[in-house]
Order: sequence, then C-alpha cells, then structure tokens
Amino acid sequence: MKKELKLMKGNEAMAEAAIRAGADAYFGYPITPQSEVMEYLTNFANQKTGMVILQAESEIAAINMIYGAAGAGKKVMTSSSSPGISLMQEGISYIACAELPCLLVNVVRGGPGLGTIQPSQGDYFQSVKGGGHGDYKMIVLAPSTVQEMVDYVKLGFDLAFKWRNPVMMLTDGALGQMMEKVELFEQLPRETVKGIEKWATIGKTKDRERNVITSLHIQPDKMEEINLHLQAKYKKIEEEEIRFEEFAMEDAEYMITAFGLVARICQKAAMLAREKGMKVGVFRPQTLFPFPYKQIDSYTNQVKGILDVEMNAGQMVEDIRLAVKGKVFVEFHGRMGGVVPSPEEILEKIEEKFVGVPA
Amino acid sequence: MNEKRMIEEEKHYEEVIAEESICINDNLVYEKPDTLLDTPMHYCPGCGHGVAHRLIAEAIDELGIQEDTIGVAPVGCSVFAYNYLNIDMTEAAHGRASAVATGIKRVLPEKYVFSYQGDGDLAAIGTGETLHTCNRGENILIVFINNGIYGMTGGQMAPTTLKGIKTTTTPFGRDVKVMGNPLKITELIAQLPGVYYCTRVAVNNPKNVRRAKKAILNGFQYQKREKGLSFVEVVSNCPSNWKMTPVESNKWMEEHMFTFYPLGDLKVPEKEDQ
Repeated sequence: MKKELKLMKGNEAMAEAAIRAGADAYFGYPITPQSEVMEYLTNFANQKTGMVILQAESEIAAINMIYGAAGAGKKVMTSSSSPGISLMQEGISYIACAELPCLLVNVVRGGPGLGTIQPSQGDYFQSVKGGGHGDYKMIVLAPSTVQEMVDYVKLGFDLAFKWRNPVMMLTDGALGQMMEKVELFEQLPRETVKGIEKWATIGKTKDRERNVITSLHIQPDKMEEINLHLQAKYKKIEEEEIRFEEFAMEDAEYMITAFGLVARICQKAAMLAREKGMKVGVFRPQTLFPFPYKQIDSYTNQVKGILDVEMNAGQMVEDIRLAVKGKVFVEFHGRMGGVVPSPEEILEKIEEKFVGVPA
Repeated sequence: MNEKRMIEEEKHYEEVIAEESICINDNLVYEKPDTLLDTPMHYCPGCGHGVAHRLIAEAIDELGIQEDTIGVAPVGCSVFAYNYLNIDMTEAAHGRASAVATGIKRVLPEKYVFSYQGDGDLAAIGTGETLHTCNRGENILIVFINNGIYGMTGGQMAPTTLKGIKTTTTPFGRDVKVMGNPLKITELIAQLPGVYYCTRVAVNNPKNVRRAKKAILNGFQYQKREKGLSFVEVVSNCPSNWKMTPVESNKWMEEHMFTFYPLGDLKVPEKEDQ
C-alpha cells in the first residue's frame, strides 16, 4: 500500500496506521467510543499483513496478552476508553517495570465512573502521573487531529522500542469519531526489531542465557537499583523526546495552554481574540510526558497571563503552574462530563480573566 | 560435632565421591534434567512443587524442546518458577498467566507455551482468564497445582479449600454457607469444547509421579500437533500451612483431597485422534 490521501474516521485511521506500521498484534475489548479500532482491524489487518487480532474477554485479559506478546519482542497494541484503561493499570505497571515496548491508546470519555461516551480529557493525571502502582512513566502522546492519530501510531511504536517503554496515545471520543482528511504513510514490512533476542522470550538458544521477563525483585537493594535505572531512563526521555506546537506565540501577550482536541478550539479562540486586538497565542504540548516545562517557562518574560483550557476539572494546569513557578497568572477554564468548549466561550474567558490585567 | 571433625568428614566424602569408579555414566541411574537449573529451591520440605518442576523439565528434555519452550510463572508459591527452569520465562500478574500465555502463543505459534499456576491464581483471581483461555482452545499447556490453600501469603482459604478446613481466614473451618463450596474448576474446564485433554494427577508416590509425567508429556505432544488446550491438575500438599509433616500431609491428601478431587482423566482425545 502506497502513501495515500483519504477521508477517515479517527478510530479507523488509527487502525489502518497500525496495519501500515507493521504491527504484529492487537488485543482488545470493545468499549465506546473506540470500538471501530478492533472492528476495522478484524476486517482488514490479518488479510493485509497477517497481523494477529484477538478480542479478549476483558481489558484485564487484553493488557496481559499485550504483556505476553510484547515480551516476545513483537510490535503490539491495544486501545480502549477510560473505564477500560482503568482496568489495565495493573498490567501497565508490570509492563513499565519489565520495560516492554507497546502502544496503548486511550480514546478518553467523560468520567468518573461509567460516565458518558462523549469526549473528555479527564484521564490526564492517570496517563501522566502514574495510574497504576509504583514509580513509572509512560511516554504520553496527545494528538489534536486525525492526522496526528495516524502519525503517532508509527511514532509510538518507534519510541516504544527505542526506550523499551509503554507508549500511551491520549486522544478522545471526538477525535476517535470525527472524519478528517488524512495522509496515510506507505505500508511498512512486518519485521523483527533488531536486538530483541537480548531480552525477549522467544525460546532460549544455546548461545545465550535464558531471558526472564519479570517485575519481581524481592531484595530491596535490587528493587531500588531497578527503580534508579527506570528513573534514569525517564530523565533521558525528558531530555530527548519533548514535542510541542506553538500557534501565534511570536508576539503573544497572553498564552492559552491546551492539549489534544481543545488546542484546536483554542487556536480559533486566539484568532477571534486577535480580531478584537488582544494578542493571544496557543502553546500545545504534544508529549504530556515528557512535559515541556522549560519551553513554557521561557514565555514567562513575554506573556502577562496564561489561560489553561481542558476538558476536565483542571489537570494539566498543575503542570503549567509547576512550569511557570508563580511568575505569571495562570487561570483555568474547564468543561467536564463530555461537554466540548466553544471558541466563543473561550474568548469570553480570555476577556473575563485578562482584560485589565496589569502589565 | 566439632568443626574439625566436620571438615574431616566433608573431605572424606569429597574423596569418595571423586572416585571415578562410581561416577562413570554407565552407573548413573538418576541425574538432573538439563532444563532444571542447579539452583536451591525456595519450596518448603515435602512440597509437591519441586517434583512438578522436575517433571516439566524432564518432559522438555525428553521432547528436545528446550530451545522452543516459553513458560509463564504465576503469583503464588511458584512465582519464582523461572529461577529453576532453564528456558525463557515470563512472570505474570496474579491470575493472568493464561492470558499472558495466550499473548505469547498467538505471536509465536510455532513455540511451545505453558503456564504453571496455583489454585488461588487459576481458580480465584484468574478464573475469567482461565475459563476463556480454555474455551478459546488456545494451543497451550496449563499445569494447575491444587493444594487447597494460599501458601505464599501464609495459609489463607483458597477456592479449593475443602469444607470445614481451618485456614488463617477460616479460623473456625470453611463454612460453605458463608464462603461457598470448594470449586472443582477442572470438572468445569473439562466441559469446554476448546479443551482437548484434561486430567488430574498427583506427585505423592512413584506411580503417581510417572502418571503425572505422562500427562505433562501428553500436553506438550498435543500442542505440537496443534490440538488445542491441555489442562493438567496436580493435586498437591502444603505441609507448612496444613501444619503437618511432609509424610502426614501426603497421607491427609490421599484421604481427603483425593476423595473430593479424584485422580484420573476427565477428558481424553477420541481413539482415532490419539
């Protein structure tokens, strides 16, 4: 399959991207608003590349199938939505400790509890601050377009193997369901990633010691050593993998911070504000871990105030505040329960919070 | 015994053992399987795990599949199974060994995959994964050690704990009105069409050890022939948490466990299939 332009639904585009990225397996469990991922894969993946698709009996089973197959050195992926991702947390903690590469996608819906099937960003903390038990990090990618959902599938697999770490794509129910024009990258071959024989359970050959995948280290000094190793890896990831996008920030006097879908709405709000003479720009972290603290901090000399907008009760805003360390006002506007803010509503908030702010 | 005498005695035995005359291969009647690592096991004296591990190692050796076998260890007493078997192994989360084994087998269908699980792992927290893995007829071997108690955590009630038995969480005996009945999960599993072979064995005496080994060998051979799931329950003991000597525990197991969990095949392949 060559590069091509298509009009596709986010969930289906992501599934097609997994096939094209040469993924070996997908294990998942149906949940709205992301069920199209597995539906699309069961229709096309095996026929196109021989990719393994298995509908598990639960999200718990799915993440443990991922653990097994990732441990076998394969390119594996699952997707789910908020309640399902909650069920996977134990498995994710094991995967992170055992340093297995895999791509996990959370098409976030409104919570808490069974919540709603409408879009939300309420799982920021869960994705970025841990979620499961113990000190671990996932690399968290936050797409804001269907195109980025496609591109981040490929990027996600690359980062997962580069760092031997789970990668989470944090998207939402609106991006999963909306149709947009996408450029699909050309089909990559399904091939064994180099060097996996050093750690993967693929059958112990005579020329090497056995490979054991475990997260159990009873001796405290050994477990601390593992923790220190993980923390050193996360620090390197922070040095090398930060990604972000700036919109109209060159001359901005006010900055909106937002991730994912909301950042697009904020760009529109910034344009509306500029029509009214307010110089507003948008800063969008594309990686939520590693988080662009320094890059956000660098604007504290330039902007008079920051408005963080999210579809939650205020989660990323805590990291924004950590980044600017009190040097600039940080205001917050959030909608919850599946409600998506409109550009006009955000503009109103900009005026409400910043008109009359002393320089 | 004083230290000097101990050293002298050790030296003496070293000399005797070093005698080449008794160490020639022709005289060997027993040796460590290649797949079993020369590591001291953490199991309590008299526990069945050590024998069960050895049987798996012997089976792997005899079939010549050491390079092609991947094992999955559970959470429970056998959490360290990977320390004793010289093959690639994965340590699963509690109850999820069969899901992990599914993941491995689906991406490496040409390899032999087995999970090794206790009763708490397989029949309580992991019941869902166990039943669905069996129902899908995953082409793997599940070895299920049933000693009717939680060993690793110190003797709490297991799903398979017999009626009336005292454990640390049933100090007055298992009251089935409150705690439910002991679960015969192997009987349940034998009903599933995806299961090709289902049997219950023990490792309490030489005859049963030989039968148990045959069952494990069968499991791997059926896997080679892509027949689907093989399930081998090993009824076992737990001297430490049953608070018995190893000999007493075996006797108690024969009298009580075998009555409720009778040994024998629950599902065998059709004649023409064998």
